[in-house]
Amino acid sequence: MLIAMFGAVESGIIYAIMALGVYLTFRILDFPDLTVDGSFVTGGAVAAISIINGVPPVIATIFAIGAGFLAGCITGLLHTKGKINALLAGILMMTALYSINLRIMDTPTLSLLNETTIFTQLQTIWGNTGVDQALNGLLTAMGADRLPSTWAFLIVMLVITITIKLVTDFYLKTEIGLALRAIGDNKRMIRSLSANTDNLTIIGVGISNGLVALAGALIAQLGGFADVGMGIGMIVIGLASVIIGEALFGTKTVARATIAVIGGAIIYRMIVTVALRFDFVETGDMKLMTALIVIAALITPKIVHARKEKQRRLQKRAQLHQHAKGA
Amino acid sequence: MLDLKDISITFNEGTPDEKKALTDINLNLKKGDFVTIIGSNGAGKSTLMNTISGNLYPDVGDVLINGRQVVHLPEYKRSAFIGRVFQDPMAGTAPSMTIEENLAMAYARNKKRKLVFGVTKKRKEMFRDRLKTLNLGLENRLNAKVGFLSGGERQALSLLMTTFTDPDILLLDEHTAALDPSRAALITELTKEVVANSGLTTLMVTHNMQQALDLGNRLVMMDKGQIIFEVSGKAKRGLRVEDLLREFQRIRGEQFESDRAVLG
Repeated sequence: MLIAMFGAVESGIIYAIMALGVYLTFRILDFPDLTVDGSFVTGGAVAAISIINGVPPVIATIFAIGAGFLAGCITGLLHTKGKINALLAGILMMTALYSINLRIMDTPTLSLLNETTIFTQLQTIWGNTGVDQALNGLLTAMGADRLPSTWAFLIVMLVITITIKLVTDFYLKTEIGLALRAIGDNKRMIRSLSANTDNLTIIGVGISNGLVALAGALIAQLGGFADVGMGIGMIVIGLASVIIGEALFGTKTVARATIAVIGGAIIYRMIVTVALRFDFVETGDMKLMTALIVIAALITPKIVHARKEKQRRLQKRAQLHQHAKGA
Repeated sequence: MLDLKDISITFNEGTPDEKKALTDINLNLKKGDFVTIIGSNGAGKSTLMNTISGNLYPDVGDVLINGRQVVHLPEYKRSAFIGRVFQDPMAGTAPSMTIEENLAMAYARNKKRKLVFGVTKKRKEMFRDRLKTLNLGLENRLNAKVGFLSGGERQALSLLMTTFTDPDILLLDEHTAALDPSRAALITELTKEVVANSGLTTLMVTHNMQQALDLGNRLVMMDKGQIIFEVSGKAKRGLRVEDLLREFQRIRGEQFESDRAVLG
């Protein structure tokens, strides 16, 4: 169980990058962008094919970000200049990307098992630091019998994801970032304050998909393969992370919301891990479960609120009633 | 400052719904002019505003600001030097962002937006000073989300946001119409102050004839897409609502649609 949870947190931190991208479009731009299902794979595909062709893994990952950014920009273009509905623009791009991803990979699945990836490189560097021994020693002292093979991925990915979060926080507070946030809040206003909303939307959706592609590239390298189907349902997973995070950690400020999204992504992975331990749950059920989690997370707060309101009114009425009796 | 030359717009041309929204509009505003525009619904007041702001492009005609042709410039480019307050108090501010963030966005209006913090310590001080002039206590609520403010407060904030970069042209689009009388009076007062202090060239649309007479140094009456009556300076100051109605009747040979306009 400990090992499984460890893996959940590890991949959760990577998926958090994707969730941050989804947060940018869904919450900041108010743009329900479905490109994600495609651009996640694009990220994995570009990274994989580059690595196989001898590109250094870090450069390959940067290529992946660029490809995702480009895909997002095209979705943004379709929406702003082509005046296509946001949902439809995303679906069109996602569908187109399926073919493009197949072309990039030339085969439905690419294996990276015998290749040098960011993570194998990391492990070589990490091996000599002695951090693993120290942390695992601590775990053994606490009574754990099975130990994680390395802490490298967890710690380094945490640093990277937090860095991305901090950069996002900063960006959203700059003059450009404020204008970007205003697009999702009051488009007419920010246009009357001389912001080019079209260009900002295009760049915003681009950055979002760049992050999603980065997550795709990292997941492909962590798992040792890129698959043309690895992005199916990714948008719902991203949404689940955003909604779970917001519900648990709040959204008072941008910094709070982005940390909430990261937390949401990790917790989502943990939920999935726990669920998969039940015998009657099959791996294929996960998409259904994800959809159910999102639905529950969307509906529950409303039900709770309605209940509270009803209770409050009943109480008021009872008070009034008693008052009348007393008088 | 602002020159409108022979502007005409026809909507749905060639269909049964064809409507001549503006016909041969000529209007010239000198620097510091404060023009109020009155007219019943459908007179073309809003179309005129939208033409100036760049929401609408005229079929023919020129819009010149400081002698520069801007008629083909999109709205977001024109808004670097045109400020606009809308009728809807919700339209001019971003509700889920804070007061200081809203002000920071307005502050960047006439500059190129950069990757630097929008709200800095120095700017905060300036925002606070400017908010004090509203006398609404907003200077103590810089971190409050604008969505929590009342309609009157939001409209006052919109007015401040629109004017504090000193735009070349200020457009006020029935900006007190959606407020209750006391709030409307407050915003009218603020408008008077701001325009006087910064000497802004202003164009204000209103349904309220008394307001149109009280404010500004020029008055324009529109009907069916045309400017039918203009008065300025001393002649305007002596004018009363009844005079305006009589003038309308004399020119148009019919009663002003008084049920559509606020007379008092």
